[in-house]
Amino acid sequence: MAKQFPYIGNSEIEQEAILEYLGIKSAEDLFVDIPKEYRDSNLSEIPSSISEMQLVEHLTLLSEKNINPNPSKSFIGAGAYHHYIPSTVLSLAQRGEFLTSYTPYQAEVSQGTLQVTYELQSLITELYGMDVANAGMYEGGSSLAEAALMACRVKNIYKVACLSTIAPRYKEVLRSYLAPQSIEIVFMDTNDVDMKKDEYACLIVQYPNFYGSIEDMRALSDTAHKSNSLFVVSADPLAAVMYKAPGDYGADIVVGEGQGLGIPISFGGPYIGLFACKSEYLRQMPGRIVGKTVDKRGDSAFVLTLQTREQHIRRERATSNICTSEALMGLMMTIYVATLGKSGLQQVASSCFHNAHYAAEQISQIDGFELINSQPFFNEFVIACPISPKIINKKLIEVGIIGGLDISDQIDNGILFCFTEIHSKESIDSLVDNLKHVN
Amino acid sequence: MSEYNKMPLLMDLSRKDKFGVSLSDIDVPLSELPESSLLREDIQLPELSQLDVVRYFTNLSQMNYSIDTQFYPLGSCTMKYNPKINDQLASLKGFSNIHPLIEESLVQGSLELMFNLQSYLSNISGMTATSLSTMAGAQGELAGVLMIKAFHEKQSNSSKRNVILIPDSAHGTNPASASMAGFSVKSIPSDQNGNMDIDVLKENANENLAGIMLTLPSTLGLFDNQIVDICNIVHEAGGLVYGDGANMNAWMGQTKLGDLGFDVIHINLHKTFSTPHGGGGPGSGPVCVNDTLLNYLPGPVVQRNSNVYEFVEMPDTIGHLGAFHGNFGVLVRAYCYIRALGKEGIPEVSKNAVMNANYIMNKLKHAYDIGFDNRSICMHEVVFTARKQKQNGVKGLDIAKRLLDYGYHAPTMYFPLIVDEALMVEPTESESKNTLDKFIDAMLQIADECENNSELLHEAPHNTPVQRLDEALAARQPNLKWSTK
Repeated sequence: MAKQFPYIGNSEIEQEAILEYLGIKSAEDLFVDIPKEYRDSNLSEIPSSISEMQLVEHLTLLSEKNINPNPSKSFIGAGAYHHYIPSTVLSLAQRGEFLTSYTPYQAEVSQGTLQVTYELQSLITELYGMDVANAGMYEGGSSLAEAALMACRVKNIYKVACLSTIAPRYKEVLRSYLAPQSIEIVFMDTNDVDMKKDEYACLIVQYPNFYGSIEDMRALSDTAHKSNSLFVVSADPLAAVMYKAPGDYGADIVVGEGQGLGIPISFGGPYIGLFACKSEYLRQMPGRIVGKTVDKRGDSAFVLTLQTREQHIRRERATSNICTSEALMGLMMTIYVATLGKSGLQQVASSCFHNAHYAAEQISQIDGFELINSQPFFNEFVIACPISPKIINKKLIEVGIIGGLDISDQIDNGILFCFTEIHSKESIDSLVDNLKHVN
Repeated sequence: MSEYNKMPLLMDLSRKDKFGVSLSDIDVPLSELPESSLLREDIQLPELSQLDVVRYFTNLSQMNYSIDTQFYPLGSCTMKYNPKINDQLASLKGFSNIHPLIEESLVQGSLELMFNLQSYLSNISGMTATSLSTMAGAQGELAGVLMIKAFHEKQSNSSKRNVILIPDSAHGTNPASASMAGFSVKSIPSDQNGNMDIDVLKENANENLAGIMLTLPSTLGLFDNQIVDICNIVHEAGGLVYGDGANMNAWMGQTKLGDLGFDVIHINLHKTFSTPHGGGGPGSGPVCVNDTLLNYLPGPVVQRNSNVYEFVEMPDTIGHLGAFHGNFGVLVRAYCYIRALGKEGIPEVSKNAVMNANYIMNKLKHAYDIGFDNRSICMHEVVFTARKQKQNGVKGLDIAKRLLDYGYHAPTMYFPLIVDEALMVEPTESESKNTLDKFIDAMLQIADECENNSELLHEAPHNTPVQRLDEALAARQPNLKWSTK
């Protein structure tokens, strides 16, 4: 008997019955349209099939080649954050009815996914203080790039202004998306924003900025609007639970990374890009949108809507080529927020704030370590160290601590530290003690 | 199924000061808060008990169709079984709890997995190298055409090559991606066999041609046997050939697009390599290139240097399209799928997928017309047309909705655009003849209903949590969030 594979549905007898019904001897006869000289099944790079048990062993060994993760002893953030994820999130999100369903084009049999998405859109608009939100983008970086493209469409101006304090990795993504459409990006220092009227489609600001600081949002918003540009904010949704929402400052488009709200850090993905805007720009928004309507009986129900913006209808004139909404990550974020609730989310934000401020005070009291941030911050800040961050992080690793992000390419001996509710006084004190002895 | 009318929203269930998980107390000395003008006054979020949350989402899940519960004959979407073990292994702490920016020497396991997956995908597609960084099929497409653009610009600063050709049967993402890359798009018609009209291609093979975006087999489920000629014509005119991997389940382990003449393709790991669709993402859309485009791959790419793995950037890279390294959690699942099947299993996948599609086509071709009926075999999917049923006033939409009543997901409808009343069926290798026979019976019964009881179809579906929706109302008066005021 030929080797059988558990993921293939047909038994050998069924395969033979199909061939017999089709009146052919072998499945080869179904591939005759492929020119014979190009039939090629050489898969020499791929090892032979292994059992499920062998697979578990193999992957476990591979995962153990990574550092043994201990988030409470890890102090790195910079766009991806360790948070505690309640049990409800994975246990509900891994239900097959959510996990293995398709995009909810068939609304009659997709009300679960559709209603969750409506909830998600509602939560995003509330967190950001905006009118409308879509169902999700790939992640924070590309979401920001799409916001810049949208601003150009709205204003019909193909030049954008951007504060130099946004994440370097987001700058890179912006360039990759904007350059091919010949859109110029002008980076400006926070204290030196110079925008002529109608010169720029938007001003892009990160909130808090890459170095953790809260920018002067009111002044930046006014500057953008006075020059007839949109005010585009890339915002940490958790920071916006404690600090004012970007919408409070008159932001026109708000985007951000949703990973911190219940999504595993998972070496960088999958995450979810959040995307919200003022309702007047709704029809220029990229991505999937769910709306509430009624069915034939008049019962309320949910459905994908405003699809004429999207690629499967509008093709080359669509607002974007995006065809996914990271729905599963959106589900996780919705379960996370529902589980924590208002008070839980406020406590997490508060815990991030106080842990970071306690740590900043303790670290900056060590000889030679200086806190760089002069503006208020949330849960990240920069320390200029007396010696190379590389050496510091190496010494920390020896005692099982993952230090902050080495940003010495931007700030002399700079480290960007991050603190969340996952840290305790004990874990922070241990970091501080070890920093005392790196010299 | 739950009683739909009784399904509230989170805010309707909210009760002041409830919460669903206990958190640790803050144990550091409290710091002074920033001035209040910077702080938020209030936020409206749901407040529920843990059981409220569990019941709410469990009940919602039961309003979905899914692969775990139903057969999804959804053409072009490759809704195959998503192995459970892959989800478990992607959740191993050593993968799921690793920050993306820690030093490479500390994440050698993740990098080794990525390196090997790159080489597996290059091998299967017949290409030189692969970047795993692109996070969806459409983003893979964008990366592909951006590479073509960068290539031409490198050849000549004043490159006039600004046209991308796309067959009229293509997915909407193709023209949208070309457009995002700053190209103008020209559509190529199909001939009466469902193949590309070669004469039109030749007319457009000129000094403005940047490249062509092809799906193979085409979205009609047909393998264009002129494919090598098409690649040659484009190359001779100085253009490059992009392959949309949407239909890879038909050829994986049977042929290689790199050998056929493609310069760059993207692969949908969420289709061919069995990672779950998740109700609309996350996907993953790695791009594979030949020598011509090797230096242009999006970053980062994993390389091995004397058994140490590291991230590198290619010299002429189109840059990064996301902040980190792609959808790693999806990559783990695809890696597991390839290892479980091994080199012996991969050709069995495409073989069974194609056998199943041909079985359905032949069983149903007397009841439903075929989109292009002068081809005796199809690849992994078959496009029917409801043109016969239309004479009884029944649309493709009605048939698709009626299938929901029988407990099947609908086929893909009205796509490809060039087939009237299209119903596109893709069974995948996951389904058995046993399941297909039941589906075929349902389709035959529906064909019968079309003739004898067409009213039943106009009103379908009848047995689902909700009935047909007022989509016009949704678009006319957008209600996109709950109101908190």
